[in-house]
Amino acid sequence: MLQVVCVKQVPDTETRVKIAADGRSLDPAGVSMILNPYDEFAVEQALRVKEQLGAGEVVAVSVGGAGVPTTLRNVLAMGADRAIHLKTDTAGPDPLAVARALAQVIRPLEARLVWLGKQAVDDDAAQVGPMLATLLGRPCATVVAKFELAGEVANVEREVEGGREQLEVPLPAVLTTDKGLNDPRYASLKGIMAAKKKSIEERPADLGAPNLERVALELPPPRKPGRIVGEGTAAIPALLQALRAEAKVL
Amino acid sequence: MSVLVFVEQRDGAVRPVAREALGEAARLAATLGGPVTAVACATSDAGLAALGENGAARVLLAKHEAFAHHDAAGQAAAVAAAARASGAKLVLMGASSVGKDLAPRVAALLGVGLASDCTGFEVEGGRVFARRPVMAGKAFEKVAFPGSPAMATLRPKVFSPAPVASGKQAAVEPLEFEWDATAPRARVTGTTAGSEDKPDLTESEIIVSGGRGLKGPENFAIIEQLADALGATVGASRAVVDAGWRPHGDQVGQTGKTVSPKLYVAVGISGAIQHLAGMSSSRCIVAINKDADAPIFKVADYGVVGDLFEVVPALTEAVRKLR
Repeated sequence: MLQVVCVKQVPDTETRVKIAADGRSLDPAGVSMILNPYDEFAVEQALRVKEQLGAGEVVAVSVGGAGVPTTLRNVLAMGADRAIHLKTDTAGPDPLAVARALAQVIRPLEARLVWLGKQAVDDDAAQVGPMLATLLGRPCATVVAKFELAGEVANVEREVEGGREQLEVPLPAVLTTDKGLNDPRYASLKGIMAAKKKSIEERPADLGAPNLERVALELPPPRKPGRIVGEGTAAIPALLQALRAEAKVL
Repeated sequence: MSVLVFVEQRDGAVRPVAREALGEAARLAATLGGPVTAVACATSDAGLAALGENGAARVLLAKHEAFAHHDAAGQAAAVAAAARASGAKLVLMGASSVGKDLAPRVAALLGVGLASDCTGFEVEGGRVFARRPVMAGKAFEKVAFPGSPAMATLRPKVFSPAPVASGKQAAVEPLEFEWDATAPRARVTGTTAGSEDKPDLTESEIIVSGGRGLKGPENFAIIEQLADALGATVGASRAVVDAGWRPHGDQVGQTGKTVSPKLYVAVGISGAIQHLAGMSSSRCIVAINKDADAPIFKVADYGVVGDLFEVVPALTEAVRKLR
């Protein structure tokens, strides 16, 4: 069974944000790039399905610039079999453009399962998974926190406001993964060595015309400075007074 | 220039995010000059005419047995059909679990860009611009829409619902839409309510979050007691979720939930950048930490330096007395 995992390279979540001189992008200086944390759960689940079935192939696909092979190499070291880098110089292509580029490449692969993280922690769009499913005409469940494969059906669970929702998803399907689905493995030394010999095929990403246009990127307005109301339990009366009379939140 | 709003319902009741979206739609429609149309995916027209009170001129009803549950594939076909039928230039819905699942599918069917989880809109020269957080709120982007209709989901609890026009009724019209309900799709087979009837973190007015300073999962009892006294929902830092002390659904921060309650109480949380990103848009922040140099105090409106095992139970007691 062939599975595809779509991954994205993103700035580390510990990144302190600086806006570049153009006023529209992130200043890349000093920013380290990582595999999108939600994609780790996607990679792990695909590998578990392959292990459960005892056969199959896991193909990692990523849209992005020259740095992307580093991230794809990590995914190969975790255990994916091969990778496709859809190369583009466009910084921050919009989700529909990415979904279209992915759909073109994934359609002929006839994957039974396509995995993506529920969202990328840079643009926080949470769109590519369900867009890709719609373009491919495949069943889709998003924000999956529990997964069981029973033959040609996936039984999944997702978090909704105030509870959980269970779904039955017939294969072939597109699933997006939430934290809590599994504990992603670390690449082993053996995995890292093996990854060096695995193929990363480079193809141009066919993004088409943009569907969203970023006109500005700004830092959030700074919070007005707060104060220490006191130490220990002695501070409680002053705290409650401030919350009631000043902040008016109690 | 008409605006279309997807009316999210649960168990037959209109969800607050839908009234918020109608409120913003009414404000934008006043500038753009056009009516607000609502689209509902339901099994009956119960309660829909009353959406007139929230500013909808008419409601397109996509009626289908499947819509007793959330059914994104069918709803996407219906909402896309409603966008075409109403000639909408702007399509809005809440960035709830339903809206996040549905909106990208509608955008893909219409072949247009979607701005997720927006916190503001501007109209300049007849064009709509959306403002939205990126990197869990470390920065905000302003985006334009080259195609039409523009599509956006609205962050819950940011926009105010439309003022209620008491007794005003919307015309409810059936919506024709093409959807092959026999084609394979994901189907909801059941739902489980959370253990408590507390609002979800993203919808809470007050949140009390605990971090590593609690020293162990059993000590979250004091967080829960304070939360009970305040009528709050419990949150957690990434450190304690990764340690398995709390479920992932409780996590606030860049790989958890972004929240903006009226009051956020951070207990024993030092304030890693990824956590601050997820909560610094809260209206009022209180930090309780024994380390006076903890970064959390830089974003807190009010800080208490001290041993949380003494401060929190005493605070709980004091709050109980107030109420």
